[in-house]
Amino acid sequence: MRAALAAILLLLALVAPGFAALDPSEMLDDPAAEARARAISKELRCLVCQNQSIDDSDAELARDLRAVVRDRIRAGDTDAEVFAFVVARYGDFVLMTPPFTPATWLLWLAPGLVLVVGGGVALLILRRARTGDGNQRLTADEEARLAALTNAETADKSE
Amino acid sequence: MIVEIGHFALVLALAVAIAQTVAPMLGAYRRDAALMAIAGPAALLQLALVSLAFAALTWAFLVSDFSLKLAYDNSHSAKPLIYKISGVWGNHEGSMVLWVLILALFGAMVALFGRNLPDTLRARVLSVQASIAVAFLLFIVLTSNPFIRLDPAPFEGTGLNPLLQDRALAFHPPWLYAGYVGYSMTFSFAVAALIEGRVDASWARWVRPWALAAWLSLTIGIAMGSWWAYYTLGWGGFWFWDPVENASLMPWIVGTALLHSAIVAEKRGALKSWTLLLAIIAFSLSLLGTFLVRSGVLTSVHAFAVDPERGIFILGILIFFVGGSLALYAWRAPLLKTGGIFAPVSREGALLVNNLLLAAATAAVFFGTLYPLLLDAVNGPKITVGPTFFNLTFVPIFVVLLLLVPFGPFLGWKRADIQGAAERLMVAAGLAFVAMLLAYAFMWDGPWLAPLGIALAVWLVAGAASEIAWRIKLFSVPLTESMARARRSPRAAWGMALAHGGLGIAVAGIVGVTAWRAETIVALAPGESTQLAGYTLTLEAVGMRDGPNFEATTGVVRIDRGDRFVARLMPEKRRFPAERQEKTEAGIHTNWLSDIYVVLGDVAGEGKWVVRAYRNALAPWIWIGGMIMAIGGAISLTDRRLRVGAPVNAKTHAGARPVAAE
Repeated sequence: MRAALAAILLLLALVAPGFAALDPSEMLDDPAAEARARAISKELRCLVCQNQSIDDSDAELARDLRAVVRDRIRAGDTDAEVFAFVVARYGDFVLMTPPFTPATWLLWLAPGLVLVVGGGVALLILRRARTGDGNQRLTADEEARLAALTNAETADKSE
Repeated sequence: MIVEIGHFALVLALAVAIAQTVAPMLGAYRRDAALMAIAGPAALLQLALVSLAFAALTWAFLVSDFSLKLAYDNSHSAKPLIYKISGVWGNHEGSMVLWVLILALFGAMVALFGRNLPDTLRARVLSVQASIAVAFLLFIVLTSNPFIRLDPAPFEGTGLNPLLQDRALAFHPPWLYAGYVGYSMTFSFAVAALIEGRVDASWARWVRPWALAAWLSLTIGIAMGSWWAYYTLGWGGFWFWDPVENASLMPWIVGTALLHSAIVAEKRGALKSWTLLLAIIAFSLSLLGTFLVRSGVLTSVHAFAVDPERGIFILGILIFFVGGSLALYAWRAPLLKTGGIFAPVSREGALLVNNLLLAAATAAVFFGTLYPLLLDAVNGPKITVGPTFFNLTFVPIFVVLLLLVPFGPFLGWKRADIQGAAERLMVAAGLAFVAMLLAYAFMWDGPWLAPLGIALAVWLVAGAASEIAWRIKLFSVPLTESMARARRSPRAAWGMALAHGGLGIAVAGIVGVTAWRAETIVALAPGESTQLAGYTLTLEAVGMRDGPNFEATTGVVRIDRGDRFVARLMPEKRRFPAERQEKTEAGIHTNWLSDIYVVLGDVAGEGKWVVRAYRNALAPWIWIGGMIMAIGGAISLTDRRLRVGAPVNAKTHAGARPVAAE
């Protein structure tokens, strides 16, 4: 039944319901530090949810991770250190944005690649369209007939 | 009994679809008019049978016949009428029947209104269309039978997922499917043209309205889904780059490209082969979307492997149609006559650039959505692709595209004067610049990129208006003549201006929500207040109330601006006992410039409640813009040229062709 429900949700282009879950009691007192915690939380995935950051999720695990992030900030970690701390425990999967590694080269470069290859094809189309090339070129037979006609004409004139 | 009639009708529809696939194709090959003539009546019969099956399902939901397993699983006798109806497609099996129903409806429309198409082309189109119906009817009958009975019949149903009990969401799937399935029409036309070996103006004239209809349905479907996500999911976001959202976005982007290249194919006879390819890809991505959401592959590649029957079947359908059509394209497209001479700077060239950028944007969404699955499937590292990836790839490509949009309509066919176009856009550029300065002056606390976004939005709207002003020679001839010119302008021109302008309005909304959102999350006891972007929000009371099939905890939140009363909102948490689930209902007040958005959260101890509130600047414009785009599409669809269909000489051609067969 759960699987069926998940399928329905998926079909209908929905995301799993997560009722924005940050609680006032979790927040840090220093607004600047809290703002940093929010920004970091938006880039960390709630591992048991579907494509939700821990900032958006009301899952137990997300709540725990939010607390971890704030503990690290209280302990004086920089943003990079907080990310490193979490990644060391959960792997790259926990990052909402995949790092640029050999495994993700294709992912990051694909749109640019399509732009370059597509641009090449577009240039080809433009060049052909400018001259009206392509299938509209005369066949060898037609070329010969045209040549014969023009030759005859020049021959006429030279006489 | 009625349910069994429905089941029987569905199986009969499968038989009819098989006949409709085979006979007309064979007839067109042999130039046998009798065989080809089967296509039309078969398409109408197929529609009648699938309608009967769908009506039988709907009847079971309406009378709450819980001996039907599908009704038991997805309905409840206390559910409001509208959700009994939408429950029919709020599940896997029923939604597939709806899919096939729309497919049959579109096929029947070609049969009814396609009399001016060449006979062989019409026969082949209906045959290809029927082959899609065969695949999906087989899928329903073999793996997803909606007509399974329960014995003994349960006394009460288990209800519909509360998230689906919503007015916008009830009609989101039909629009989305009309879009997906609409691209099956352009696909059928493309495949038929490849088999036929010719693409002429009458072909392109037929493809354009279908591409337009599919695009407009998909626009409405996506806008509805996004609007629903905005007010239901409880934190005021409108797009999450979730795989299921992306699945519907990809055919939309490619469909947009198709819409534009079909114009070139119709008017100038150029880019034909490219238009065919886009038609094939648009439908392939629609099928891919169906596969992604139907197979469970998104939850995890491994969940897909646990219950693979349906997933494998759809994957088979996907491979057959995508692979088959692409192979056909590779074989036949080089044989098509290409035509149309144009300079790089021309309307044709501009539309080619439009297509290139849209293709790259699609690639960004495609890889962002599928790459994690691919890595997982080859046992690579597990990765997450979140919004930042799309902001870094999709957004820059799209911004370049949007910058170029206003130029397109000012460029002439074949050879254009870029300087003249730029001069005609001077006013629009000036307005955009002023808007940017104003945004910097008044919104200095926001991100520095945001005013540029506003400039882009104004550029699009003013650019669209400039095109109309230029067309009707506003201010350069007397006003009465301008009015006359406005009346004479083709509806397609108005449609285009509206669609481009609507896009600008949506861009403004997206920029506003992203950049200038104010947020507060506090614990309030009744009587206490909080501040949000110049507004005072007071939690007046929290009470309980009973809905038709839910009970709600309702907060009463009063909004004031200084001494002035603005609104009283009632955000709710609803519990659905039959489904044993909860959902939130945000309280939203809009003044059409921004929304105040309030959500009631959990109890925060000692009689306090968590209250989340947002000020979402320009939020309503996202959907207003989307609707204007759809209206533009609809107006364009009523253009006389499209209603007339093929040019007259195609008719004489159609009559002559079978006789003059080679």
